[in-house]
Amino acid sequence: MTSVTVIDKAAPTRKIKYGSISRDRAWALKWSYFFLVIFTFMSLVPPIYMLITSLKSSTEISAATNPWWVFHPTLENYSALLGSSQFLTFFRNSALVSIFVVIITMLISVPAAFALARMRFWGSATIATGIFLTYLIPDTLLFLPLFKMFATFSNWTGIELINHWYVLVIVYPTLTVPFCTWIMIGYFASIPKELDEAAIIDGASWFQTLTRIFIPVALPGLIAATIFAFTVSWAQFLYPMVFTTSTDQLVMPAGIITTLIKGDVFNWGQIMTGALLGAAPPLIIYAFLMDYYVAGLTAGATKG
Amino acid sequence: MADVTLRKVVKRYDDVEAVRGIDLDIPDHEFVVLVGPSGCGKSTTLRMIAGLEDISDGDIMIGGDIVNDVPPKDRDIAMVFQNYALYPHMTVAENMSFGLRLKHYPKAEIKQRVTEAARMLDITELIDRKPKQLSGGQRQRVAMGRAIVRNPKVFLFDEPLSNLDAKLRVQMRIEIKKVHQKVRTTTVYVTHDQVEAMTLADRVVVMNNGRIEQVGPPNELYHKPATRFVASFIGSPAMNFVPCRLEDIGGTLHVRVTDTLAFPLPGVRASRYNSVSRDTKLLLGLRPEHVADAKFNSGAGVETFDATPDVIEPMGMETFVYFPLAGGQVCGRVNPAVDARAGAPLRLAVDLNHMHLLNEATGAVI
Repeated sequence: MTSVTVIDKAAPTRKIKYGSISRDRAWALKWSYFFLVIFTFMSLVPPIYMLITSLKSSTEISAATNPWWVFHPTLENYSALLGSSQFLTFFRNSALVSIFVVIITMLISVPAAFALARMRFWGSATIATGIFLTYLIPDTLLFLPLFKMFATFSNWTGIELINHWYVLVIVYPTLTVPFCTWIMIGYFASIPKELDEAAIIDGASWFQTLTRIFIPVALPGLIAATIFAFTVSWAQFLYPMVFTTSTDQLVMPAGIITTLIKGDVFNWGQIMTGALLGAAPPLIIYAFLMDYYVAGLTAGATKG
Repeated sequence: MADVTLRKVVKRYDDVEAVRGIDLDIPDHEFVVLVGPSGCGKSTTLRMIAGLEDISDGDIMIGGDIVNDVPPKDRDIAMVFQNYALYPHMTVAENMSFGLRLKHYPKAEIKQRVTEAARMLDITELIDRKPKQLSGGQRQRVAMGRAIVRNPKVFLFDEPLSNLDAKLRVQMRIEIKKVHQKVRTTTVYVTHDQVEAMTLADRVVVMNNGRIEQVGPPNELYHKPATRFVASFIGSPAMNFVPCRLEDIGGTLHVRVTDTLAFPLPGVRASRYNSVSRDTKLLLGLRPEHVADAKFNSGAGVETFDATPDVIEPMGMETFVYFPLAGGQVCGRVNPAVDARAGAPLRLAVDLNHMHLLNEATGAVI
C-alpha cells in the first residue's frame, strides 16, 4: 500500500493566526495603558504642582526658576495656614457642613429610596424619575430662587439664614438627596424581593426590614452614597460664595479664595497649601472606602 | 397548628383573573401540595394564604379565623422560598432566630429552638456560617430551619426544590417528608413537579387556569383522574390519549381505535360505558404501564395487537417504547427482557381493565 497525499490546490492560503485571542487582548491592553497613562498624567499634574508650589516661599514662586522643582523647600505656608485661626475656622465650618449634610442626606435618601423601590404605591415610579430629574437642574439656576426664598423666610420669621454656615446644610441636600436617593433605589431594587417577604413573614415591620435587612445588605451602596454626599458638600464652591460672606462663616473653598486673594495679589503658596489640605479629608475617606465605593456603584447596576 | 380554609378565593390583577374562586379545606396536620403548570395560580394562592398578596374576593381562614386583612406577621405562618431568601449578612443561627428575636423571645429559648431545629436538619456544624459559604441544599435546610424554629400554625413552601439539582431534589424531598412526619404542622406546598406532588402530599390539589381541577390523595388522582388535564398532568411518562369511539361488534361493546383495530371491553367496563352514544367522539386514555409487552402480560381484559416502535428508551428496570397509533404517538412500557428494537414489529398487550374513556369535546372522564 502506498499512501497518497492529496494536495488541494484550492485550499485557502490565509495564514492561520494562532493565539489570536491573546494577541487581541495584548492590543486592547496596550491601548488601555496608553490612555490610562495619559489620563493619570493629566489628573496627577495639578496636585503635584500644588504640592511643589506649597513647599516654596513667595520669593521663589515669583522668581523665574524651574516651576517644577523646589530649590529651597519650606513649610512656612503650612505653618502660616495651620497657625491661622481663620483657616481652622474654614476647616471647622466645612467639616460641620459636610457631616450634617451627610447625616441629613442619608436620613432622607435611604427611607425615600426604600419606599420608592419597595412599597408599591400609586405614582412611585413617576416620583422616582422626578427625583432624578431634579438632580439635572444646575445649581447656577437654583441659587437665585433659593436666595430669594431665604430672604423671604427671614422677613417672615426673623430667622436669618443667609451668611450663616448652616444655610449650606439646608442648601446642599438639594444636590445630594436626589442623587443619593437614585443610587439607593437602584441598590435596593437589586435586593431579591423574597428577602423582604421573608422578613415580613418573620414578623418584621417595614422599618425593621429597612434597618435590619436592607441597610446591612446594601451597605456598599450606602457607603457610595455617603462618599458622594460628603464630596459634594466638601467641594461645593458656588453656594458658599453666594450664601456666606463673613469670614467666620466661610467654608474652605470659598474661604481660601476670599481671604488669600487680596485684590489682584494672589498668595499662591498659601492658596495651593490650602487647596492641598482641603483635598485631604475626601482623599483619606476615598482611600479607606474605595473598595466599597466601586462595589456600590456597580452592584446596583445589574440585577442579581 | 391549625386548619386552613379557602372560600371562593379570587385574585384579580386589573382585568386578569389569576385565581378564579377556589374552595379548599385543609385539615390540621395535613400536607397539601398545589400542583399545576406555570401561570395556573398555585403560587398566587399560596401567597394569598401567606398574606403577601391581597385577595380580591372570598375568605381565607387559618385556625377558624378569617385572615383576609391580617398582615403576614400576625398570621403565624412560616414560608420557605424557591431561592431560599436567606439574609446574606447573618449567620445560619442568626437567620434561623431572626423571627424569634423580633418577637423578643428569651435568649435561652431561642438557643434551644435553634439547636433543636439544626439537629433535626443536620446543620449543627454550619450554625456559624454565612449563607454564601453554604451549598444549595444546605441553604434550603437553613430556610426550612428558619421556618421550623418559629413553630408556626402553617408551613408554606413555594417551589422550594426547584433550584436544586435532580439528585439533591430527591434527597431534600425525603428530608421535607421526614420533617413533616416529626412536626406534623399543616403544610401547603407549591410545585410544578408532579413527582414531588405525588411523593410528598397527603392530598394533591391539581390547578389549571386559576381553578382547581381535582383534589385527592396521590393514588386516587393517578388512578381516577376526573379530567383530561389531571390525567395528562399526573404521571410520567404521561397518559396516552387515542381517539376512538364505541362500537357493538357481535353483541359485545368494543372500543374502535382504527379501521382495523378494535378492542372488546371487559364486562365491568362494558356495562359502565354502555349508555354512551356510539357517535360520540371519545379518547381512550391508557397509562404507559397498561400498554405492555404481550409476552409477559395476559389475562382477562388484556388484548394484544402489533405495533412498530420508532423510538426505544431503555431505562434499566423498564423500557419505554414509542409507536404511532391512530395519528398520534403512544408510549408503552415493556419488560427489558423483551427484545424491543426501533423499526422492528412488537406484539403489545393493552390492559383494558385500567383504561379510561374521556369525552373528546369536554375532556371529562366518563
